[in-house]
Amino acid sequence: MDGTKIVREQIPDDEFEVLEEEQLSGVNELKRFVRAFFRRKIVVVGFILVVVVLLTAALADVIAPYDPYEQDLYQVLAAPGPSHPLGTDALGRDLLSRIIHGSRIALAVGVCTVLVSASIGTVIGLIAGFSDSRLNSLIMRITDILISVPSLVLQLLIASALNSGVTGVVIAIGLTLFPAYIRLINGQVLSVKQNDYISASRSMGAKKSRIIVRHVVRNVVSPLIVMMTIMMGMSIMAEAGLSFLGLGILPPAAAWGSMCRDGYQYLMTRPLLSIAPGLAIMILVFAFNMVGDGLRDALDPKLRGALK
Amino acid sequence: MVNYIIRRLFYAVLIVICVSMLVFGLIRALPGDPIEILVSRTELADAQADPEYFEELRHELGLDKPIPIQFVNWFAKVVQGDFGKSIIKGDDIMQSMGERMVITITLGLTAFVVSNIIGPLLGIISAIRRGKLIDNIVTFIANIGITAPTFWVAILLVYLFGYVLHWLPLYGYTLPWKDFGLSLRQGIMPVFVMALGPIASTARQTRSSMLEVLGEDYIRTAWAKGLNERQVIFRHALKNSLMPVVTLQGQMIRQIFGGSFIVETIFVIPGMGKLMIDAMLSHDYPTIQAVTLILTVVVVIANLIVDLLYGWIDPRIQYE
Amino acid sequence: MGRLLTVNGLSTEFRTERGVVRAVNNVSYNIDEGEIVGLVGESGCGKSVSQLSLMQLIPNPPGRVVAGSAEFEGVDLLKYTRRSRELCAIRGNRISMIFQEPMTSLNPAMTIARQMSEVLTLHLNLDKKEARERSTDMLAQVGIPDPGKRADDYPHQLSGGMRQRVMVAMAMLCSPKLIIADEATTALDATIQAQLLELMYDLVGRYHTALVMVTHNLGIVARYADRVNVMYAGRIIETGTVKEIWADPLHPYTEGLLSCVPKLGEKLEPIKGMPPSLINRPATCPFLPRCRFRTAACFKEPAAELTYVGGQHATACNRRLEER
Repeated sequence: MDGTKIVREQIPDDEFEVLEEEQLSGVNELKRFVRAFFRRKIVVVGFILVVVVLLTAALADVIAPYDPYEQDLYQVLAAPGPSHPLGTDALGRDLLSRIIHGSRIALAVGVCTVLVSASIGTVIGLIAGFSDSRLNSLIMRITDILISVPSLVLQLLIASALNSGVTGVVIAIGLTLFPAYIRLINGQVLSVKQNDYISASRSMGAKKSRIIVRHVVRNVVSPLIVMMTIMMGMSIMAEAGLSFLGLGILPPAAAWGSMCRDGYQYLMTRPLLSIAPGLAIMILVFAFNMVGDGLRDALDPKLRGALK
Repeated sequence: MVNYIIRRLFYAVLIVICVSMLVFGLIRALPGDPIEILVSRTELADAQADPEYFEELRHELGLDKPIPIQFVNWFAKVVQGDFGKSIIKGDDIMQSMGERMVITITLGLTAFVVSNIIGPLLGIISAIRRGKLIDNIVTFIANIGITAPTFWVAILLVYLFGYVLHWLPLYGYTLPWKDFGLSLRQGIMPVFVMALGPIASTARQTRSSMLEVLGEDYIRTAWAKGLNERQVIFRHALKNSLMPVVTLQGQMIRQIFGGSFIVETIFVIPGMGKLMIDAMLSHDYPTIQAVTLILTVVVVIANLIVDLLYGWIDPRIQYE
Repeated sequence: MGRLLTVNGLSTEFRTERGVVRAVNNVSYNIDEGEIVGLVGESGCGKSVSQLSLMQLIPNPPGRVVAGSAEFEGVDLLKYTRRSRELCAIRGNRISMIFQEPMTSLNPAMTIARQMSEVLTLHLNLDKKEARERSTDMLAQVGIPDPGKRADDYPHQLSGGMRQRVMVAMAMLCSPKLIIADEATTALDATIQAQLLELMYDLVGRYHTALVMVTHNLGIVARYADRVNVMYAGRIIETGTVKEIWADPLHPYTEGLLSCVPKLGEKLEPIKGMPPSLINRPATCPFLPRCRFRTAACFKEPAAELTYVGGQHATACNRRLEER
């Protein structure tokens, strides 16, 4: 142990603290979000499809070759051809134009339903999360009951009670989907309330209610957005189901579900009449689900990095 | 354990009553006066104009009483097995439901069993062969199963196997113990359509939980013990990765019986779903009520069984 | 004493997003029958990975054993594919492992008896009844009270210490020649830790089983081990008997480690800095950035090979080797 040969030096603080810098600025945060969102190819496909459908709905009047409600009794059940790319239905209406205009109904129903169910569910979920444990468990028990009823039965009943039409369908579906939001929001609020950082910031002298509100907002927004996106797809599918059964949006409105119902009678001779609108439903639902998945990857910090 | 079951049964009865009340209330809100519908269908041309006869009928059916009392009266009869008469067809609802119930439950249970076998199997295969072709195929099928509307899948199948290939009958259903071969041929498409969604969701859940379980410490322990791949997966990973799948069962049951409305309509199957849709389209209230009640009971019982099953699979669950 | 295990040039890599991590780098050592060897180092230095590599239990992808041989009872463990029948016949039978996490290392959905019996039915072809008897007998040997009843418990019904006893019992079932205890007692309370170590010490002595104790606790090593391997940044940088190393630690890192052991009345001297990143390491000594004794020459020379300086003592420090 002779120290003469070996020179003591200052140890340089090298290479140990590079990790934290890149997460700070807002621009980088956005970049990271975009990169995480588009990491999977299938999400890119879904995103493009959503954009395409949105554009179609916005520009329906320009794109559609015909008026979707104009009957041409000389062209009844025409086969697909140059003048009618997908053929015509039993009343001589152009199928392609009806599908293009149908995107408006689908999106409108989707957006309205999600807004209705998300706002009801969020409000009740917040009430449940912030109330004492007895009221909380009462609300959650009722939610359990609502969730355990087959939703189609309720949707059918409510839709026909409110007379068919877009409003009726929106309320019917919205009223059956909101319990899922209650569970989500309640769970988030409870986990925020239990978390250590609440007591930590409290011990540092911050006001309890303010901290909780700030953390709840931060923890609720991301999963809420993800859930709303996926519920868009579910509501559109539910509307299509109701309309197909003749209890949702009724003809002559160009709703994809009721187009399938009308077209189904001619399945043998004109399969496109029922298959094409159904395909449109599937594509839109798929697109929203994929966008939801992408948002989850990008917004949920717990899954960040886990999905490579 | 016994306490738990008793509490759950009590809870189940509560759910059934709540749902019935909800439905009862909703039906009263439906448009159209049941008496008018009844009278207009019974071809009593003279009576139609007679308001006194209306009142008499109303009284006879108990429709002049307040709604809560109507509900109690109705429920009291239901408990004795009397669902009343259809106001459209006039026949006894309990009787007309008998065989339909058997058909719907047979199809639904078959779909349930099928999806619980195929779904996890696909999930396991795709987890073990992660990133390989078979994994991509399974993921693709699962995506279709989740995003394709039930009725659309049914239409495609009818077109393909019925009209184009002529392999399967287009519609109808026969119970298996009456003509097994025919029942099988008629049942394939409806069962597949009802099972597709549940297959997709269980396959996805099994895949992701299997992947998670395969990274657990006790799987490493199993390898360290010298077990081979088959033993590690089937003896150690499978049961644990199926636990989250069990929690999906309730949702699957609702999905399957919800799907029976559409499937029975498309394949013209004389079951509860078809009965319900017909009743709704013709505003046949007593029938709607009866069918809703029965379906709720079926779903609630199935949920209860699933919860008990869950405790059997996961020893950490305690019934307290 | 015969030679039991000879590891030569073992290297393991992990592919990550930021590059290839060489977690174990050209590691060679050997273990004699019935010997207790400590493997020490800071967390992340490759101790556990080197042991998991031997058993081919590295998750793949991202991990892969890229070089080396490990001769055990005349066969090279690294020659087989990781799911091969030959390797399965050795794991749990000739070599067994005890892991760090008692809470998660047992299957939550199987009873203790089943998890133990399956080892016996697999390797020793016992029938169910015999396997159960042997298992409860072994549970009794590791000091589990009322073993006949405990055998039917599920892991969650046992405490952490009890579970780790079960793990020890399970590892001993087939009387293996080698047990690798990977931080087996780290997660436990001090008193339980001591009990369990005494128990393991007794058992391996009784069955003449070699034991590798992977740990960062030098006290444990000093108390139980015959020899020590010190790892740093994926390499063994010093090896020797416990006596040799405690008397004269050669590598500055070993010295630093020893001065980190708290002694009454003395000030602790922590090693400054952090272990280096294992991606694209330069060829120089890995301890260089933190070394208190480095010289200008250290920045120019490649890292030294592990070189014997007398007895069983070897080190990988250029300066120390020059001194000798």
